[in-house]
Amino acid sequence: MYRYILRRSLSGILLILAVSLATFFLMFAGGDPATRMAGESGSMADVIRIRQAYGFDRPIIVQYLSWLGGFVTGDLGRSLYFDMPVSAILVERMLTTMRLGAWAILLAIAIGVPLGVAAGCRPNTKVDRFALLFAVVGQAMPTFWFALLLVIAFSVTYPILPSSGLDSWKHYIMPMVVLSYFAAPAIMRLTRSGMISVLDTDYIRTARAMGIVPHKILLKYALRNALIPVVSLAAAQFGYMLAGSVVVESVFAIHGAGRLAWESILRSDLPVIQALVLCFSLFYIVLTFLADVVNAWLDPRMRIA
Amino acid sequence: MRFRILNIATAIAIASVSGQAMAGKADDTLNVAFEEEVSTLDGYKEISRSGLILARMLYDNLLMKDLKTGEFRPALAESYTVVDDKTIDFVIRKGVKFHDGKELTADDVEYTLNQVTKKEYNTRYQITVNWIDVVEKTGPYSVRVRMKSVYPLALEMLAGPLPIYPKHHLEAVGSAGMSAKPIGTGPYRLVEMTTGTRFVLERFDQHYAESPKGRPAIKRMVAKVLPEANVQYAELMNGQLDWIWRVPHDAAKRLSARPNLTVKSAPILRFAFMGMNPNYNGGNSPIADVRVRQAINHAVNKEDIIKALVGGAAASIATACHPIAFACSQDVTKYAYDPKKAKDLLAAAGYPNGFPLELLTATSFPRAQVEAIAANLTAVGIKASINEQQSAVMRTNYIEGKAPTYLSSWGAYGIADAGLGTSPFFGGTGDDVVKDPQVIAEVKIADTTLDRDVRKKHYETAQKRVADQAYWLPLWAFSVNTAQSSNLSLDVDPDEFVPFYKAAWK
Repeated sequence: MYRYILRRSLSGILLILAVSLATFFLMFAGGDPATRMAGESGSMADVIRIRQAYGFDRPIIVQYLSWLGGFVTGDLGRSLYFDMPVSAILVERMLTTMRLGAWAILLAIAIGVPLGVAAGCRPNTKVDRFALLFAVVGQAMPTFWFALLLVIAFSVTYPILPSSGLDSWKHYIMPMVVLSYFAAPAIMRLTRSGMISVLDTDYIRTARAMGIVPHKILLKYALRNALIPVVSLAAAQFGYMLAGSVVVESVFAIHGAGRLAWESILRSDLPVIQALVLCFSLFYIVLTFLADVVNAWLDPRMRIA
Repeated sequence: MRFRILNIATAIAIASVSGQAMAGKADDTLNVAFEEEVSTLDGYKEISRSGLILARMLYDNLLMKDLKTGEFRPALAESYTVVDDKTIDFVIRKGVKFHDGKELTADDVEYTLNQVTKKEYNTRYQITVNWIDVVEKTGPYSVRVRMKSVYPLALEMLAGPLPIYPKHHLEAVGSAGMSAKPIGTGPYRLVEMTTGTRFVLERFDQHYAESPKGRPAIKRMVAKVLPEANVQYAELMNGQLDWIWRVPHDAAKRLSARPNLTVKSAPILRFAFMGMNPNYNGGNSPIADVRVRQAINHAVNKEDIIKALVGGAAASIATACHPIAFACSQDVTKYAYDPKKAKDLLAAAGYPNGFPLELLTATSFPRAQVEAIAANLTAVGIKASINEQQSAVMRTNYIEGKAPTYLSSWGAYGIADAGLGTSPFFGGTGDDVVKDPQVIAEVKIADTTLDRDVRKKHYETAQKRVADQAYWLPLWAFSVNTAQSSNLSLDVDPDEFVPFYKAAWK
């Protein structure tokens, strides 16, 4: 088990390095950072001065290594745009996104799993049809459109919810609903198909034959097995919510990590982008790892690995 | 990022709207939204317009330009004397207080201006400070500014992008500290902020009485960053916001139909143009032929595009500068919309069937306007293909000679002077791809004298040659649309700054 964890951690670190190297090179492929920093009014002289001041005139690999050197010694550098330590910005923005993402994934699970169980227990009934309709609409509807519809409905027509920021619990409602409605259908569908196939297995039939009460069969024997793939999916969805919430964050003016990533790419804020990429890859790796652990708890057979 | 795919205004037009709150006026707080994040409140480092606007609320300059008369009004400096071509003396006003209660003296002026001129300070736009040789304190309330060489825009710079900071604070905390805790002499002081995205300002009651900015009527102002335009409209409609700007033409039309909202269009110094590089591909391209460039000028129907797509107070231009700028000649060759003449010119140049042309443009340039220009060109046979890139990338590519033409816009640092309109593009330096020796010579003379008549004469000669040679297709001077609560009185200045300190409730 320890060797397994060690191997997983090492490959995780290599993955992070590969991703950060790729991002670094891609940023330069997207244009000269100095020109972007100089802004639209910057003269060529400004560009050259910035290039020298920030060392953009050095070979890319040298720049990467110097960044890596800083990172290894715990220095994420300073944001080129905000002229302040990257760590300070990152903590603030990450916490915002994580808070929102955590609530949203909980809501998605709270809706997706029961709905999936209900649909999976009674396939091809009205309940199932409703659940599928819910899923299809959720997956087909563009996030920004749904977000804007909510704004029209609850901020303009019936102004009961604020449309921007995250100042109070009320501010969380709309972004949370939008984010979770994007994640819930997949969770619902996977729970549903898991339930259908598990309910069809021999051991469930045996359990039924033994006269075990239906809800016990459902929750103790069936759901536990049906949930295994759902856990991995939810972990991946949570990772997506952290890294990919740029649309929701833009619409609701939530200044979180997703938006910061997008804005930083536009303004070539390399230290911030690098730090964000590292954080996001770390999240994915940790989340997948945690999902494996939870799966091992759910399914003892997996613990052997 | 602005997601404009769905036009919420249409949807809102059919939605019923409940009674509008007048939150702003009721608690004497002006709520405004910007679309771009503020990077720093140090005016010397900021590039976002929103940040620069906030900086003008917090800090003051030695002088302030009266945009109506073009005169420089005394601000932190009570008076000034031009000693010679390269020396100006300033008398600093007594009794001006910084937000922390300390009094402004010549030390603050001397220290700020010398500090930001240093290379290590890394002032974002060097053009604003690199003309300063040294600033010397000549008394407790007087300073002398010495220039490196004759610089005709010195007063413009001192009245615009060069705010005065308190020496004791700047010395202690530096630029990053100024941004985190700005202290100035301005009409408002910062009381609360979330880095880059939300700023709460309060009227500074000890702001000096003689200030050309006047005493603000509104007690508090909350500025927040709302990247999604449709959410800005929604919040404006339900009264959470009192003012938004840079509203696109179509949305402005719809918002103007709302009760309790007023839509205004103000002309600004930003103008659009299409640059043409005769030296593209070593001078072996259709663009190298003056007749082709003239044909392009005749091919584009500026008036119709303005009417349909630019809107507001926008107006067509004929010169490589903004019409209201100093020394921007209007007496240059004008190319009327005439597709037939364009075709004749193309035929005469040896392209009776036209040619394919790459039209480089920035993602920030309104796409509909780009499409319209491309369609006009295609109509006379020039098959324009649009290549849209991020503005920084586009600009680098064009300057490096990788494209024959580009569509761009220029705000001239908000300074109405041909020295910042014509010079950057035709003065022979970085952005000049044309490198016409005649034009460069004229611009050089005009750039290096204080004599306004001489400057005017030489800029105008340069502009005439640029127009004759059709190095540019000057397009239009933009306007900016604002949508605001009807009980708010506030106008955008032509330099694209918003004087929130002049805002008042009706």
